[in-house]
This record gives sequence, C-alpha cells and structure tokens, in this order.
Amino acid sequence: MNSWQRRHPACIFFLLVLFSVPFSALAKEAQPSAADPVLEKRVMNLSKELRCLVCQNETLADSRADLAEDLRNQIREQMKAGKSDKEIIAFLTQRYGQFILYNPPVEPTTYLLWFGPFVLLLLGLLLLFRYVKQRRELISEQPLSADDRRRAETLLKTTPGKETA
Amino acid sequence: MSRFVIPLCLFLILVVFLALGLRHDPHEVPSPLINKPAPAFRLSQLKDPTKTFSADEMRGKVWLLNVWASWCISCREEHPLLLEYARSRAVPIYGFNYKDKREDAISWLGELGDPYALSVSDLDGRVGIDYGVYGAPESYLIDREGVIRFKQIGPITPDVWEKTILPLVKDLNK
Repeated sequence: MNSWQRRHPACIFFLLVLFSVPFSALAKEAQPSAADPVLEKRVMNLSKELRCLVCQNETLADSRADLAEDLRNQIREQMKAGKSDKEIIAFLTQRYGQFILYNPPVEPTTYLLWFGPFVLLLLGLLLLFRYVKQRRELISEQPLSADDRRRAETLLKTTPGKETA
Repeated sequence: MSRFVIPLCLFLILVVFLALGLRHDPHEVPSPLINKPAPAFRLSQLKDPTKTFSADEMRGKVWLLNVWASWCISCREEHPLLLEYARSRAVPIYGFNYKDKREDAISWLGELGDPYALSVSDLDGRVGIDYGVYGAPESYLIDREGVIRFKQIGPITPDVWEKTILPLVKDLNK
C-alpha cells in the first residue's frame, strides 16, 4: 500500500463504487432467455411499449420489478399460445388501464393530450400574426422631406470607410 | 393595465394546474375494473391448502378483498386498522396473500393477528394480474352481484374507511 492509498481510503472506496456501477447496471438489464430468440424479441418489442406500473418511468422491458417480470412471462405465454400483440395489449389494458400504454390511443379522453400542443401552436401563430399586423399599421410610411433627402445624399457621398469606422 | 392581465391570467392557470398536480398521486392508477365483475378465481386457502376458495362463493354478500403479503411494509401499517375494522363486523374481510411464502404469511398472521375471514394464496401472482394488482396493499370492495365497486390502492386509512368504504357498504347492503 503506498502513501496515497493510506491517505485516501475514502477515494479508493469511491473509485470502487464508481467502477462497479456500470457493471451492476448491466447486470440489472433483463436477460432474454436463449430458448427462442424470435419469441424473446417479440416479447421485448412489445414490452418496450408498456409501462411498468411499479416504477412508472420504466418500460416493462427495462424493469426488474417483480411485477414486470410476471407480466413479461404473461406476455411470453400468451404469445406462445398464438395471441396477437393487439390481443395481449387488450388483455393488459383491461386489467391495468390505459396507463400501461406508453403510446396512449387517440380517443375523446386523450384528444387534449394529442391535439393540445397543435392548438397551442395555432393560437400562438394567430397571436403573432395579429401582433405583426397591428405593428405594421402603427408604423405608417412617411415620405422624406426635401431637407431629409439632401442630408441623406450628402451622407451617401461621404466615403463609406469614414462612416463605418 | 391590460399589459399585466394576460400574463397574470396565464400565471393563474399555471398555478391551478400545478396545484392539481400536487394533489394527484401518480402512483394511484385508476383501475379499469371498477363497476366490472370481479375476475373469477379459485385459489387454495392459506391456512388449509387442501381447501379452496372462490370469489363466486361470496355471491349475495358485500365483501372486501384485501391484497397483502408478509414482505409488504405498508401492509404492516394497515394491519392494526384492519383488525379493528374486522372486529367492527361492518364488512367481511378476505385476505388475498399475494406472491408470498406460505410459512411467512402464516407466521405474519400469527404474530400480528388475523383480521381475515380467510386468506387465499396467490403464490405466483397470476390471479393478481387479473385483478390489476401492482403493489400491496390493495383492497377491492365487491358487491352482492360480484361487481367491484371500489378499489383502494395503498393502505386503507381511517379517512377512507369512514368516508368512502362504510357509506358504500351501507348503500350496497340496502
């Protein structure tokens, strides 16, 4: 053990923790069983669209919660039984509600969610349009007087270098 | 003057939305099973696995199905209240032992008392999925026709018991 190690046991511990994080993160990812890669891919693809209800910011595919595992097993079984993705989603929404879907369906209760942003955008454009139009009306064009014209001409005649400097 | 009215209005709208957001617990997912028939099941009883119990046996009665497990921390918090509610005989309480080990569950009840008329074991959580269980404790109030009338997610608090469950039980028993 060198002096640095002796002086900084906390640092070493910290580094150990730091390095172990990526590995534990890896270990936590759900492992697809090798039994049937095609089926597993289908299970994973579907569970990516579904929310884990225990840890709500995770998909069923990412979650290591017990319930997520059970639900993945449910999905796997139903797929083996020949059910379509649609049927499985119907099965799950009947039990857990639409909250389980990451992609909410377009229906009257979700209209605001789907179309709200566009309505806001339209409203913004309308306001912007009105504002610009109003401003244009405020700034009426004023013809140059003969005096102004003469001043402008003398200004234009002077060397550009001087003006910009 | 009007320069301030629009931003003020927008601010107030924002405040209303944020205030609503604060009151709303995202962990409480409304169950689609409310006012739907309680899913049928036949599960073995916790204390005597040779016997089974089915939700159909409760036809004609208003009853409470309480999802619990010995590993569930909030259940421990809810438990003394359940014992009290069971003593009051307001509504029969049936236990739904969710994804638990039989020995653990039985010793848990031995230690803390048993408020349940009986408990069934859902060892693998399969029936739990039918009921949309995603955490314990959860409770379902089921009416005489076997329809779920109310679902409490998380422990039943005295407030919920007094203000929601008891009036509903009274109403359903009419």
